[in-house]
Amino acid sequence: MAEFTLDDLIAALKEAAGADEGVAHDDILDVPFADLGYDSLALFNTLNTIERERGITLPDETVVEATTPRMLLDAVNLGLATAG
Amino acid sequence: MVGVDDGRRRVVVTGIGVVAPGEVGTKAFWELLTAGRTATRTISTFDPSPFRSRVAAECDFDPQAAGLTQRQIRQWDRTAQFAVVAAREALDDSGVSGVNDPIRTGVMAGTACGMTISLDREFAVVSDEGRKRLVDDAHGVPYLYDYFVPSSMATELAWLVEAEGPVGVVSTGCTSGIDVIAHACDLIRDDAADVMLAGASDAAISPITVACFDAIKATTPRNDEPESASRPFDLTRNGFALGEGAAMFVLEEREHAIRRGAHIYAEVTGYAGRCNSYSMTGLRVDGNEMAEAIRVALDRSRMNPEDVGYVNAHGSATKQNDRHETAAFKKSLGDHAYRVPVSSIKSMIGHSLGAVCALEFAASALAIEHSVVPPTANLHVPDPECDLDYVPLVAREQRVRTVLSVASGFGGFQSAIVLAEPEWSRG
Amino acid sequence: MTDVVVTGIGVVAPNGWGVAEYWDATLAGRSGLGPLTRFDSTGYRAHVAGEVNFTPEEHLPGRLLPQTDHMTRLALVAAEEALADAGADPTTMPDFSAGVVTAASAGGFEFGQKELQALWSKGPAYVSAYQSFAWFYPVNTGQISIRHGMRGPGSALVAEQAGGLDALAKARRHVREGTALMLAGAVDGSLCPWSWLCLSRSGTVSPRRDPQRAFLPFDADASGGVPGEGGALLVLETPDGAAERGQHRHYGRIAGYAATFDPRPGSGRPPGLRRAIDTALADAGIGPSDVDVVFADASGVAEQDRAEAEVLGAVFGPRGVPVTAPKTMTGRLLAGGAPLDVAAALLSLRDGVIPPSVHIGRPAHPDLDLVRDRPRPARLGSALVLARGHGGFNSALVLTS
Repeated sequence: MAEFTLDDLIAALKEAAGADEGVAHDDILDVPFADLGYDSLALFNTLNTIERERGITLPDETVVEATTPRMLLDAVNLGLATAG
Repeated sequence: MVGVDDGRRRVVVTGIGVVAPGEVGTKAFWELLTAGRTATRTISTFDPSPFRSRVAAECDFDPQAAGLTQRQIRQWDRTAQFAVVAAREALDDSGVSGVNDPIRTGVMAGTACGMTISLDREFAVVSDEGRKRLVDDAHGVPYLYDYFVPSSMATELAWLVEAEGPVGVVSTGCTSGIDVIAHACDLIRDDAADVMLAGASDAAISPITVACFDAIKATTPRNDEPESASRPFDLTRNGFALGEGAAMFVLEEREHAIRRGAHIYAEVTGYAGRCNSYSMTGLRVDGNEMAEAIRVALDRSRMNPEDVGYVNAHGSATKQNDRHETAAFKKSLGDHAYRVPVSSIKSMIGHSLGAVCALEFAASALAIEHSVVPPTANLHVPDPECDLDYVPLVAREQRVRTVLSVASGFGGFQSAIVLAEPEWSRG
Repeated sequence: MTDVVVTGIGVVAPNGWGVAEYWDATLAGRSGLGPLTRFDSTGYRAHVAGEVNFTPEEHLPGRLLPQTDHMTRLALVAAEEALADAGADPTTMPDFSAGVVTAASAGGFEFGQKELQALWSKGPAYVSAYQSFAWFYPVNTGQISIRHGMRGPGSALVAEQAGGLDALAKARRHVREGTALMLAGAVDGSLCPWSWLCLSRSGTVSPRRDPQRAFLPFDADASGGVPGEGGALLVLETPDGAAERGQHRHYGRIAGYAATFDPRPGSGRPPGLRRAIDTALADAGIGPSDVDVVFADASGVAEQDRAEAEVLGAVFGPRGVPVTAPKTMTGRLLAGGAPLDVAAALLSLRDGVIPPSVHIGRPAHPDLDLVRDRPRPARLGSALVLARGHGGFNSALVLTS
C-alpha cells in the first residue's frame, strides 16, 4: 500500500480538524501537535479519518504517544506495513 | 421580591427519587451501592456489535410498572419518563404535595443529552436511515418539537408538582446534575421560591451517543468483562462505562420544611462552578479549576477542608479524569485529602452524563442519612498516581456529617457542591 | 442591592451584522426576513426565515470550523464584539473573575443532523469526534470561555424562547456574588431540514410564503411566527468594577427580573405572565407608571398575542405604555430573541427612541399602543422586556438607564 506522506497527513489534518494559518509544509515534522494547535480531539478525528481511508486500525495509544507529525507518520506507516 | 443570598434562607433536602441502573427506586439504588454490586452489562437496547464500546449501565425500567400511562409511554422520551418517575418518588417521599403554594414552587431539570434516543430514532425514520438530507415531513411524529427542546421535560415536571414559580432546564454536560441543584438552591435563597423540584435525567444509551464517545475513545472497550468494566482509580481502567438514570429531589427552604415537620436528609451548604477555559474535552493535569470550585464551595459553606467527611468523586475511570481530580483534591483539601474517604459510584452505575451527579448527590445525602460511605467497586490495582483512600470494594459504616461531591465535564465545566447533616451548624 | 450594568453589547441578527448595522436597520424598519435559502423548503410546512449568512473563514480561525455549528460560530462573533465594546479582555483580568452564561434551545442541531446522517448512512466509524460536544446545549458557553480565557462560573439554561432572560438574571446574580464580569445572553438558531421539521411541529410557525405577511404579531391577520437565527450577548459588571478597569460608560442597569410558569391547561388558574411582570417591577423597585416602553414577546399566534395584550392592558391601562416588537424584522430567534430585545431596549434608552414593529397593517388590539413602521422619539428611563417559552415559561426583565 502507498506510503503515508507528510502531504497526506497535512491534508487529513485539514479535513478532520480544520486548516490553520500557522501550519506550513516546512519543518513541522518534529513540532509537537500541541504547538501546531491540534489537540487530542483534532488528532482523534484525524486518526479516525486515516483509519477509514486506509482500512487500518491503529493502537488506542497512538493519540497520546504520537506527539509529532513524524511520530504519527511512523505509526501510520507501521500500521500499513502490518496490514500489508 | 428577588433578593440575594444573605445566609438567612437555607436550603434542605426533604425528598429523594431515583431511577438508577439496575432496579428502579431509591431503596434498590442504595442497596446496590452499599453492597458494592455493579450494574454494568452488555448493551441490550440495540445491537451494539458495530461499536467499539458495547458496555453500559442500564436501568431495568418498565414504564408501565412505574405507573406511566400508554400515552405517556408513547409520547415521552425515556429521559422525560425517568425524570417524572423519579420526581413522583421524591414528592411522595417529601410529603410536600398539596402543602406547597404553586406560586412559591419551581422546577429545575438538568440534562446533558435531552431527548436523544427519540431524536436518533425519529431521524432514522424521516431521513430513510440517513439517505435523505431533506427529511420527510410526512413521516414525522406529531410531538417532534418536544424532543427538539429539552425544556419540554421541565413542563411535565412543573405540571406534576403544580409549580408556577421559576421553571427551567440547566444543561452543562456532565456537571448538569450539580449545577441544576445549585441553581435551584439559589432560587430558594433569593426568595424566588420556597420549594423546588430539582434534579437531572439522561437516557442516552443510543447509537449516536455510543458512536461519538467511540470516536474519542473515552468509553471502555472492556466488552468481555462488562460487570467490571468501570474501574475508577484502578491502574487497569480504560475509559468510562456509559450509564443512564435520573435523580430528583425536593429542595425546601429550611424553615418551610421545619414548620411542616418534614424529614430533612441534609442541608445544601454551598457550591461553585468554574470553567477550565482550556479544552472542550481535555483536562489539565493540575486540577486548578476544580480545586478553586471546591475552595469556593467550602468557603460558602463556612467549612474548612478538615470538615469534609466524605468526598463523592467524579471518578469517571478515564486516566485523565482520575489524575486531574486527585490533584484537585490535594490542592484544595491539603493533607486532609489523604485522610478523608473518597469514592466513585460510577464504578457501579456507570456514567450517565448529566444525570450522574444528581445520582451522586442522592448517594451523598443517603451516606449522611445512613452513616455509610459507598465504595469504589472494581478497584483492585491502585494507580500509583492516585494515592488517596478510595474506599475500595467494600462500603464503610461510619458517621458522615458532611459530603463534598464534585463533577467535571465537557465544555471545561468543573463543579463542587457540599451537603451537611441537618444538625450541622454553620461555623 | 448591588447595581449591575451592561457595559458591552454584541449582536448578530438577520437584519444586521454587529450592533451598529442592526440598530440602523431596526430604526429604519428594514426586515431581515426572506424566503428560506439554506435548503429547498418544498414539501415542508414553512418557507420564510430570518437567516444570518456569512463567510465564517473571514471571522473565525480555521481550526474552529470543523468543530462548530453555525449558531456557535455566530455566538463567537457576538461574544468578541461584546467584549471589545466593553473594552474588556478577560485574559488580563485576575483568575476566575470572568464567566459566561448562555441560553440554548436545541443546541447545534445542524451539526447533529450531519452526524446522524453519517451514522445511519455510513456507520459509527464516520461520526465525528466533535459530535461529543458540538451539538450540546452549553457548547456556546464552553467555546466562548475557552476562546476568551474566562474561567469563572459557566452555565447554560434552557427554557425555549424565555431562557435568554433567565441567563441574564443568572449572570446578574454571579456579579452580585462577586464575579467581576459576566458575558451573558444567547445566540441561537437552527435552520436545517431536520430542525425545520421539528420547528414546524410546534404548531406556532407561519405557513405563509410572503416574508412581509408571514410574521404579524398583534395583527388581525396573525398566522404564527417565523424562525430566525442570531441573538445578543451582553457584558455585565458593577459600575464600580467597570470603572476600576477604566470603563465609565454603560448602557443601563439590569434592574429587575422574574420568571413564572403557566399552570397546566384546564386548571382554571390564571397564566403567569402578569405575575412575572409584577414581580420583576417589584424587584426593580418601580411601578407600572415608571415603565417607558415594553418590548413584547409578540409570538404571532393570535391567541397568545391576545393573552399578552390583555396582560399589558391590565398592568399599564389601555394604551398606557408604548409597546414594540422589533422581532418582526428578525423572526423569533429561539433563545436568542429575548437577549436581542434587551440589546434593542438598551440602545433605545441610550438614544431616546423606540424602534418600530413592521408589517402590522391591521392591529387587532386597539388598547395596545403599538409603535409601528417608524421609530418614535421618547424620553426613556426604563424598559420592560418580555419573553415566553413554549410549554408555559414566562420571563420579564426590567432595564433602567
